[in-house]
Amino acid sequence: MRTEKPKGRDGGLVQIERMIELEVDGRAVRVPEGSTILDACKKLGVDTPTLCFAENLTPVNACRVCVVELEGSRTLVASCSRKAEPKMVVRTDTERVRSSRKMVLELLGSSVNMSAAGEFENWCSQYHAEPERLGTPSHAPAVIDNDLFVRDYSRCMLCYKCVEACGDDAQHTFAIVMTGRGGEAKIATEFDVSLPESACVFCGNCVGVCPTAALQFRREHTLREAGEWDLAKQTVTKTVCPYCGVGCVLELHVQGDEIVRVTSPSDSSVTDGHLCVKGRFGWGYVR
Amino acid sequence: MDVGRDTQSPEDRVRSVIDHALAPFAEGAQIPRHALLPVLRAIQSSQGWISKTAVAHLSQRMGIAQAELYGVASFYHLFSMEPSPRRVLHVCDDVSCRLRGSRAIVERLSLACAPEGEAREDSAWRRSPCLGQCERAPAALQLIAGDVPKERTFTVRSPEHAEEIFRSPDEGSAAELSDIVVRQPRESLRLLRRVGVVSPTSLDDYRAHGGYQGLRRAHARGPAWVLRELGEAKLLGRGGAGFPAGTKWSAVASCPGREKYIVCNADESEPGTFKDRVLMEGDPFAVIEAMTIAGFTVGAEKGFIYVRGEYPLAATRLEAAIGEARAHRKLGSNVDGSGQRFDIEVRRGAGAYICGEETALLESLEGRRGEPRSKPPFPVHEGLFAKPTLVNNVETLCAALDVVARGAADFASIGTKDSTGTRLFCVSGNVANPGVYELAMGYSLRELLALAGAEFSRIRAVLLGGAAGTFLRGDEIDLPLTFEDTRRVRATLGSGSVVVIDDKTSMMDVLRGLAWFFRHESCGQCVPCRVGTIRVDELVQRVRAKVPLGSWEDERGRLTDLGRVMRDASICGLGHTATSAIESAFERFGLWPDRAEKKGGA
Ligand SMILES: Cc1cc2nc3c(=O)[nH]c(=O)nc-3n(C[C@H](O)[C@H](O)[C@H](O)COP(=O)(O)O)c2cc1C
Ligand code: SF4
Ligand code: SF4
Ligand code: SF4
Ligand code: FES
Repeated sequence: MRTEKPKGRDGGLVQIERMIELEVDGRAVRVPEGSTILDACKKLGVDTPTLCFAENLTPVNACRVCVVELEGSRTLVASCSRKAEPKMVVRTDTERVRSSRKMVLELLGSSVNMSAAGEFENWCSQYHAEPERLGTPSHAPAVIDNDLFVRDYSRCMLCYKCVEACGDDAQHTFAIVMTGRGGEAKIATEFDVSLPESACVFCGNCVGVCPTAALQFRREHTLREAGEWDLAKQTVTKTVCPYCGVGCVLELHVQGDEIVRVTSPSDSSVTDGHLCVKGRFGWGYVR
Repeated sequence: MDVGRDTQSPEDRVRSVIDHALAPFAEGAQIPRHALLPVLRAIQSSQGWISKTAVAHLSQRMGIAQAELYGVASFYHLFSMEPSPRRVLHVCDDVSCRLRGSRAIVERLSLACAPEGEAREDSAWRRSPCLGQCERAPAALQLIAGDVPKERTFTVRSPEHAEEIFRSPDEGSAAELSDIVVRQPRESLRLLRRVGVVSPTSLDDYRAHGGYQGLRRAHARGPAWVLRELGEAKLLGRGGAGFPAGTKWSAVASCPGREKYIVCNADESEPGTFKDRVLMEGDPFAVIEAMTIAGFTVGAEKGFIYVRGEYPLAATRLEAAIGEARAHRKLGSNVDGSGQRFDIEVRRGAGAYICGEETALLESLEGRRGEPRSKPPFPVHEGLFAKPTLVNNVETLCAALDVVARGAADFASIGTKDSTGTRLFCVSGNVANPGVYELAMGYSLRELLALAGAEFSRIRAVLLGGAAGTFLRGDEIDLPLTFEDTRRVRATLGSGSVVVIDDKTSMMDVLRGLAWFFRHESCGQCVPCRVGTIRVDELVQRVRAKVPLGSWEDERGRLTDLGRVMRDASICGLGHTATSAIESAFERFGLWPDRAEKKGGA
């Protein structure tokens, strides 16, 4: 199945891309072998909601908001992880797809606070989702056990992104994992010890990937609690991290006269979106 | 490790338990991840729980982060991550045991002994999902931690008996169980014919009753012949999904390479199912012979039997039989002098229904949380350790042995055109003679129930295929028990579980039990199932209490929507089928309070 990767001119690897043709919503589309159905949708400009998916992480396909109909498949399939195959016939605009997405949004919104989760509320109106019809999330106080970031698990949708960023996909620290099972599953350290007692090295990569603001910079948390967090008032400035010679690209999010969070673009070839404690948190003095 | 045991601190003691369990691996060598569950079991069964000291030491020995170990261990309900008393009594409170009085037992224990989950001296009790002892219901399993851990299975004869077990000392028999009773005439049996007749530990006895004729035939005629016979026999999988066994075996056989695996799925946790237990306890060599034939046919040299954690006797008997088979060169580097290399290892689960799903089972074997993988890729191409893997149910393997030993024509001459051979049915609940019955496919449910001594005029419902199955009404039991006939009425034979519910039983109580089961057993990985099973459980509780959220029409819409998204968008079969029995009950019985039948309802 795998294609040989011949050496390129510069000694690097050049992938010979075999193209695959499939059909999405009646339109033909060609994508390189190894692409997902989601890639094909994107290429056609078919808008697809995703929550647990991120370009720089291995898909876990856990949230199921990206499902599409695939001819020949008994159930819907997750477009973010299902590899495109020649002659696949995919539909994204059917009642069945819309109804599943609506239900996933309702199930999520009825169980956790999704108000800070990107486009969640837009999708709710787009899919006519009314989460309250299934229940309302219970509130639990955020875990504040260090100076750099807080963990507000009443916002946690269990998307595994922080686990992947802390583990195999970036940091290789394995400080936080999925624990328990079913309705009792939650992200935690071993025996739920505090982060300073755990293996955590405070790289903040988990904060960087969290889609729901369950993980927040301390400053962000303070502002949100005070009702002063305001994305509209924030500007983003790109710079290169001054701490070492690697040259990580930083995005400084500024509200008023202070830096309220630091991210790195997930498509950056240097960082893949991930940083270390200095780049992520070492800007407290910059005002 | 025995030296100075009495003077050792608990910390030292748990460290030596770990070192002892890891002794087969060389000091300093990288210990493979798949060794994890057996070590966790060793810790649990010697200490009664898995402490911080244990996790820290294990982390250091295996080079796996502490959080990672904790994440795995906390997935399995037989592992306790908090200090726990030495003796824990797991009282089955699932559908079949409830029909046989488990509620009274649970009540008695909470009043007379301790609230559920709380320790009294060194004992505690808790409710358990189906223990797979339904013909001996109400059942309980007592796990006693210690240097010589004990696992005792009981038929709880009365609430007083439960109290006695809770307080009784550790001594006493390993199991207080009646023997397996096979009530049918021997001549009519194929898979059960040796059960209760042969000594399950004697290879000679097994051979004297036709054992190892199949393997000899396979060796003489070759893999291609076996594959052809299986295909012609039209054997369909008995684990629930009914996938053609021949197709699966051929797929693995055609994968290149020598590193392939045979995995026997003996996780049997579908409520009301106990047939695999009966086969493993009563005829363990048959399972071993069948796996050896599978190894020979598809070109695998290693097999694993994943036995659910709650089946101590099955695991012991299989291990003993594997030892015997090795001693007689029926396993090893030159099986029967044929040149075949094959060996088998028994692995035990730790309390997780989801680990019966084949990819969750593989994850668990690899030492991870039992979270199902998304398919494709399928296990036949990328299974255990990402190698081609044949996963078959215990009964499927035994039926394949029957095909090989007697030939496809003989097998296919039994049953119907599309459902060949015999099938094991586990009948439990309100019948006079609960037990495993082997019938050629095509007999009607009524005929099966007659064998088990059901009182037809009193049948309110039959739950066919387990919690993931369908309810039938008392007037629907003329249904022939075949794949095609059940499919026609949108039912399923599933795991072969048949639970009979009489007219004294509240259907809403039964449904609450099922909803609780799925909520308890969802792995939690995907949103439709993790949150959906909770919402369905809440909805069932509201119907039971006759307090709707909004109107009953709203509640009906909610159930339909939940069922639909779980079927359509969940990752695995658990989510796909979690509402099927519940929805089938609402369709068939007047359970909605605003549409209640005169006599029916809750
Ligand atoms: C939630 C769930 C639980 C399952 N439990 C079992 C089980 O306990 N035993 C079993 O053999 N198959 C079980 N299965 C089916 C397996 O995934 C798989 O289909 C089967 O082991 C294949 O074997 P077969 O082809 O011989 O039937 C389960 C499936 C699901 C979705
Ligand atoms: S800050 Fe870094 S090390 Fe700590 S939990 Fe997050 S990803 Fe893991
Ligand atoms: S904390 Fe955030 S990133 Fe981690 S699982 Fe929860 S929602 Fe996802
Ligand atoms: S359907 Fe349920 S059991 Fe299956 S993967 Fe999803 S959460 Fe886990
Ligand atoms: S984005 Fe595809 S399953 Fe979550």
